Parts: sequence; C-alpha cells; structure tokens
Amino acid sequence: MAIRQFLDGIEHHFEKGGKYERWYALYEAVDTIFYSPGSVTGTTSHVRDGVDLKRIMITVWLCTFPAMFFGMWNIGFQANSFLAANPDAMVADGGLRTAFIQALAVTGAGAGWWDNFVYGMAYFVPIYFVTFAVGGFWEVLFATVRKHEVNEGFFVTSVLFALICPPDIPLWQVALGITFGVVIGKEVFGGTGKNFLNPALTGRAFLYFAYPAQISGDTVWTAVDGFSGATALSWAASGGLEALQQQIGWMNAFIGTIQGSVGETSTLAILIGGLILLVMKIASYRIVGGVLIGMIATALLFNAIGSDTNPFFNVGPHWHLVMGGFAFGMMFMATDPVSAAMTNTGRWCFGILVGVMTVLIRVINPAFPEGIMLAILFANLFAPLMDHYVVQANIKRRLARG
Amino acid sequence: MAGVSAKEVLFEPIFSNNPIALQILGICSALAVTTSMNVTIVMCLAVIAVTAFSNLAVSLVRTQIPGSIRIIVQMTIIASLVIVVDQVLKAYAYEISKQLSVFVGLIITNCIVMGRAEGFAMNNTPGMSFLDGVGNGLGYSVMLLFVAFFRELFGAGSLFGVTLLPSVNEGGWYVTNGLLLLPPSAFFIIGLAIWGLRTWKPEQVEEKDYKLSAHKVKEAF
Repeated sequence: MAIRQFLDGIEHHFEKGGKYERWYALYEAVDTIFYSPGSVTGTTSHVRDGVDLKRIMITVWLCTFPAMFFGMWNIGFQANSFLAANPDAMVADGGLRTAFIQALAVTGAGAGWWDNFVYGMAYFVPIYFVTFAVGGFWEVLFATVRKHEVNEGFFVTSVLFALICPPDIPLWQVALGITFGVVIGKEVFGGTGKNFLNPALTGRAFLYFAYPAQISGDTVWTAVDGFSGATALSWAASGGLEALQQQIGWMNAFIGTIQGSVGETSTLAILIGGLILLVMKIASYRIVGGVLIGMIATALLFNAIGSDTNPFFNVGPHWHLVMGGFAFGMMFMATDPVSAAMTNTGRWCFGILVGVMTVLIRVINPAFPEGIMLAILFANLFAPLMDHYVVQANIKRRLARG
Repeated sequence: MAGVSAKEVLFEPIFSNNPIALQILGICSALAVTTSMNVTIVMCLAVIAVTAFSNLAVSLVRTQIPGSIRIIVQMTIIASLVIVVDQVLKAYAYEISKQLSVFVGLIITNCIVMGRAEGFAMNNTPGMSFLDGVGNGLGYSVMLLFVAFFRELFGAGSLFGVTLLPSVNEGGWYVTNGLLLLPPSAFFIIGLAIWGLRTWKPEQVEEKDYKLSAHKVKEAF
C-alpha cells in the first residue's frame, strides 16, 4: 500500500488551493491507473453494472494485443523474406533501428520468429511511442485547461491509431496524424463521449489525404527501402479473383502473412481479440453482424452483376473479409461505443451502412483502394440521425398503444 | 443606425463582426479561391469593390426602390458591378481571372454583398454605406488571406508563388501537405480561426442551446 500512502500524501498539493492545483488532471490520471476511483454516481443511475469506462478501455486495449504482436512479427517476416532473397538491399534507415535489430537478433538476418519479431518491434515501438507521447500531450493539455479528467479512452485511440499506420511511415507524420485525431476529432467537441467521429480514424484520414505517398500505394507496406509490394487490395483491383488466388492465397491472407498496415493484416488475430470483445459485450454484436451482412450482400451483388472491365467485381465476400483493414475496422473501429449508433436498431443500420459503403468504395471507386476507413467515418456522421429516428419511432409506437 | 461613427462602420467588420467568422457568410468562395495568395488577393479586391459600390448605389436609390421588388433591384445592381469587375480582370489580369474562373461571376451570389445591401445600405446614407461595404470587404479579405496563407505555405511550400519551403519533389526537404490543397481544409482553418477569435473576444460566443446538468458524485468509501 506504499503507493496509496504516497498518493494520499501528495494529494493535497493537487486539490483546490494546493501548490500544483492546475496539474490535478495528471495526478488524477496516475491515481486511477493504480486504484479504482472511490466516487460513484449519486443520483439515480440507469445502469447497474460492475464494469466502468476504465475497465472497458483496458479490455479493448488488451484485445488488440494479438493483432499487435502478430503485426510486429509480420513486419519482420515481410522484410526479412525480402532481404533473404535480395541480400544487397539495405535495412531501411540504418542508425538506431539497425543497431537495435542487430543487438537483439540471435541468428542473423533471415530466419527465426524472434528475429522477425525484433525487426518489427524496431518499427512498431517508435510509432506507438510517438503516438502515445504526442497524443498524451494534447490529452493532458486539454484536460488541464478544460478541467476534465484524462481519460483511458486515449489508451484505445493511441493503440488503434498506431496499428493502422503503415510500418515505415515517417514518425513526424505519426505525430501530426494523432494530433489531428485527438484535437480535431475529439477534444474540440468536448473530449471523450462527445466526439462524433472515431478519433483514430480521423487522424488516419488526415494523413491519407495530406500525405498519400506515405500512407497508400505499393511501396509503403514493407520496412525495407525501395521495396514495392502490392497489398491484397491492389492485386484485387488490378487482377481480380485470379490474381488474388495466385499471388496470395486465401489462407495466407486470413492468417496475415501479407502486406498491410501494422495491425490489420491478420484476420485471425483480429478475430481472436474481437471475439473476446463480443463475448464480454463490449463490442456490439449487432454492429459487427450488420457490417458482415452489408459486406456480404454487396459483394454478392457485385459478383452477380459482373463486369468485363473491372476485375474487382468478381471478388467474393470471403476475400473482402480478409483483405485490407476490413476485419480490424469491423471489430475495433465500427464498434466504438461513442461514435457508433446507440440504439439496437440503429446499430444494425449503422453496421449495414458501413459494410455496404466499404465494398462500394473498394470496388467502384478507383481513387480509393481501401474503403473501410471512409465507410466508418461516413457512417459515424449518420449515427445520430439513425438513433433519432429509432427513438422517434419508438415514441410513436408507444403513443399509438395508448 | 444613428450615432455610429464612420470609423466603427469601417473597422468593426474586420474582427468584431467579421462576415465569415461571426456571420458565417461567404464560405463557398473562402473554400474555392484560397489555394494561393495571388489569386486570393485579386478575389478580395474584387469583392471589396463590388460590396462597396453596390452599397453606394443601393443607398443612393434606396428611397426610390419599391419595397416589393427591392431584392430584384439590388440583384441587378450587384450583377452589373460583377460583370464590370469580371471584364476589368479579363482585360488586365487575364491569367488570374482564368484561375478564378466562375468564382468572380459567383460574387453575385455571395451572401455578404446581398446581406450588406439589404441590411445596411437600405437604411443608411450613401457615404456610410460605402464605408460599410469597404469594411465588410476587408473583413472578408482578412479571413481569406489568413486561410490562403496557411494553405499556400504548407500546401505548396510557397507564398505569392515564391518558394519558401523547397518541396521533396523539387529536391528540397519539405513534404507538401496535400490535404491543404483540397477545399475541405479551408473548413478546418476557418474553424480554428473562429476558435481563436472567440477565445480572444468571448462576447462572440453564442449562447448554448442546452446545458448539461451537473454531475453529482458521492464518495462510496
């Protein structure tokens, strides 16, 4: 209980009138990381549940771990496979990263899951660290000025944002992206719970439109200089189903040994984390189901229509599930409890809209290779409207009942 | 508006009653013509000229205009002025007028021009109306130049076409921000500018539509 005593000992400095009054938000953040807060809602509360925001957020954070660790391994796997085939290619940017990789690697370049993992760590950890430090800075700044608490929601935002970055994205872009996501996507509307867009996706959308060269295309997904590797999505856009089956194979795409953003490649790892969220009822099964239904229906529709000029039309729903960020978006982004619809019927509509829009953007729009990010942001905008009509319909039905 | 000094009429619209930041008018052109400073300045001059002279003209004939057709009369005056401005630009600044394309013509539909003619010039003397037009044009210009400054500097790495931050494509170090060349970025910059302005002048903040009731907390243990 030494920590408790220490925290209680310094608490009076941070309370009203204390020496460090303006830093209360920081004190509160540290305190609640170690101990659950003693305050409960005094007025009539609507929800009786042992779970609170902090526990929800920490659970989501933990559930991203399978995807995160697999992602790190995959970065190394992709890079080392390439380096093994082309020994002349240089490790991307030398310096600290190379030193780190060489210090921890045990068997030299090429083999072993540990080497792959270390290689990936050298790329992912800096991205995550920058996300956390820069995003955390804004979070604490706003909490201090606006006098609200630092929220664990940021844990989730930061890890989600880091996981949807390409592995060799420049770190200053990571800093800009998370800044935009946290400030414009969340804090200007009043902080956690009042944002209508998913902050992590807002940040990524900003990077996507501001620096398209570093966040999409064929050259950014493997952490080796000058390497160009097409993602499943670009194979699908150029060659359709046949190219996908020849170049990648469904099982590889499902397990995740493909090109892509750090955390989005392995549908399997994402589903493991996602299932835990579903079982714990943190992610709404209605939203996930809606996304799946929307995606499958639209993909089947395109299969039925067919097209001579656009090979993407023939790609079936099982491929849409494992390509790009679909699984990650479905499990972790669309189910964001703040920016998704809140009513049960609304959640179905919300999910279906996301699924339909994703396939629509992927297949029809040649300007955007991936659709799930824009589809979720688009559906976020409509979530309040859906809820409004669901609530109105409910009121009408109950009035009619007399 | 008796008792308002000429100085107030001229300078109030720049920060205290900015047509874009407070009245939220004229947003379309603020999105469309602010990718480079040169184009923006020409657009600002055009809007200042049209607003000022339409205010002057409307004010001169304000007692003669029948109330029922006043909007039509105002529109006629404004449209004539816009055509004059458009022709002058084509004659003396052809390159820029090509870049501005339809947006000079669209000054006709700029709410600021109509708003000032209807809201101010119909009730005030010609001299004051002229000043009001210039003032509102300046308010519009300040905002547009602010937006264009950031969009050109960070979007293209230059100001007035002079390269300040040499971009990667041309062998420099600056990675240009593509978002700033797209129209939606002006929304973000205008939004941030309004945020800054209202922090500086809190009296511009609108009353809240609703108020969250206080969150009551009691200590459980």
